[in-house]
Amino acid sequence: MMSRDPLDELFETAGSGNRRALGKLLTMVEKRGETAAKVSERAHRDAGQARVVGVTGAPGTGKSTITGRLAAASGASRPAILAIDPSSPLTGGAILGDRIRMDNHVGNSAFIRSMATRGHAGGLAVAVPDAIRVLDAAGCDPIIVETVGVGQVEVSIAAAADTTVVVVTPGWGDAVQANKAGLLEVADIFVVNKADRPDARGARRDLELMLDLGHRSGWRASIVLTTAIEGEGIDDLWTEIERHTAHLRESGELIRRRCRRRRDEVADRIELELRDRVHQIIQNQSGEFALGRVDRNELSPAAAAELLLSTLTSDKPPEG
Amino acid sequence: MSEPPADTSFPPETDFGAPIRVVLAKLGLDGHDRGLKIVARTLRDAGMEVIYLGLRQTADSIVAACEQEDADVIGLSMHNAGHLTLAPRMVQAVDHAGLDVPVVIGGIVPADDVATLIDSGVAAVIGPGASADEVVSAVKAAVDRQTDAQ
Repeated sequence: MMSRDPLDELFETAGSGNRRALGKLLTMVEKRGETAAKVSERAHRDAGQARVVGVTGAPGTGKSTITGRLAAASGASRPAILAIDPSSPLTGGAILGDRIRMDNHVGNSAFIRSMATRGHAGGLAVAVPDAIRVLDAAGCDPIIVETVGVGQVEVSIAAAADTTVVVVTPGWGDAVQANKAGLLEVADIFVVNKADRPDARGARRDLELMLDLGHRSGWRASIVLTTAIEGEGIDDLWTEIERHTAHLRESGELIRRRCRRRRDEVADRIELELRDRVHQIIQNQSGEFALGRVDRNELSPAAAAELLLSTLTSDKPPEG
Repeated sequence: MSEPPADTSFPPETDFGAPIRVVLAKLGLDGHDRGLKIVARTLRDAGMEVIYLGLRQTADSIVAACEQEDADVIGLSMHNAGHLTLAPRMVQAVDHAGLDVPVVIGGIVPADDVATLIDSGVAAVIGPGASADEVVSAVKAAVDRQTDAQ
């Protein structure tokens, strides 16, 4: 052994609280490929300690402000925030503007990382668990993941947490909206933010009504009113998160949730790999040939798909 | 299984090179952020990831963001005539932190001051009237030079 593994060294540095090392590790897992796999594997060894909280909700509900304040309210010495924003589907670029709402509240102790969805959401379903793993292995706790609550994947990412917080605001809609939003099934805790506005109580009543119609056994989602911009209600929210954490531990639900999370990730990783191979097959010669025949209407899309699918299942995995 | 349809405008993810990550901010007391917002949009449309810090930042807060975000470049917008003081201070803060991140300045900088800023370590100064393409090229060139230097 000539020298120590540089990756071990980077993890050690990050673990001692060095933000730049942690920042580099997160870039590595975001890039995918061999390095990402190594970092992920190395992080997996030490991960599993941190509490993971997901925060989601419609745009403009105050998620970032709540998230920043929550990190401060946790009183933890090294909280981390993963703030996820969409990439433009056309250019791949992104404007990551969540920090601006967090920095003022969060103090210097928190580590904040903005993450763009980068291409289709399948990648995010792998990159986020890896990023959480890296933060966890580096000793950050709690880890708060913020995603915009639009689109199934974004919601499911926030829902893949120990505790999922769904943020709504007064006037967001009645109980019917609540039911069709798709956010509600995943909520462990509801926040009615901007509670200084009229009809905050109405929003709470709608949520209560919806919860009365049926909820998962064992834990009825709680509702917390906050005015995040003033910091009001944030301590209550953190207390509620802790209460939920305790419930998860006592009921054994924590282990079940984390098992489910890991199982889902296995499927997500396979799916992502397959998707890459689909892209490769479509772009190679036989793919181009088949698509040409589809263009000329000599082949139906279904028949072409079947044809190409047979090469997907027979081919060796492409070198990547 | 209700996946959204695959977006074929994207290259496959294995070929998906990491986009340039740029931190955009204004330093100190300077409320003119309209230009910075346009630059943010311009750089996003060029495929970059823009970490937008906006108004009233300090050199330290920008350095902290760069570390956590692993940014490739800092873009500062200046409209308060403080550039001769603030820009070199930003460069010093970056150097002091040991970061290899170039600093690009935009906004209102008199032509006579450009050489002074470049001498103080600023990577590029983008003047008023620069086209979107010029802004993008200047940022890319600053990142490329930094990468080559390493």
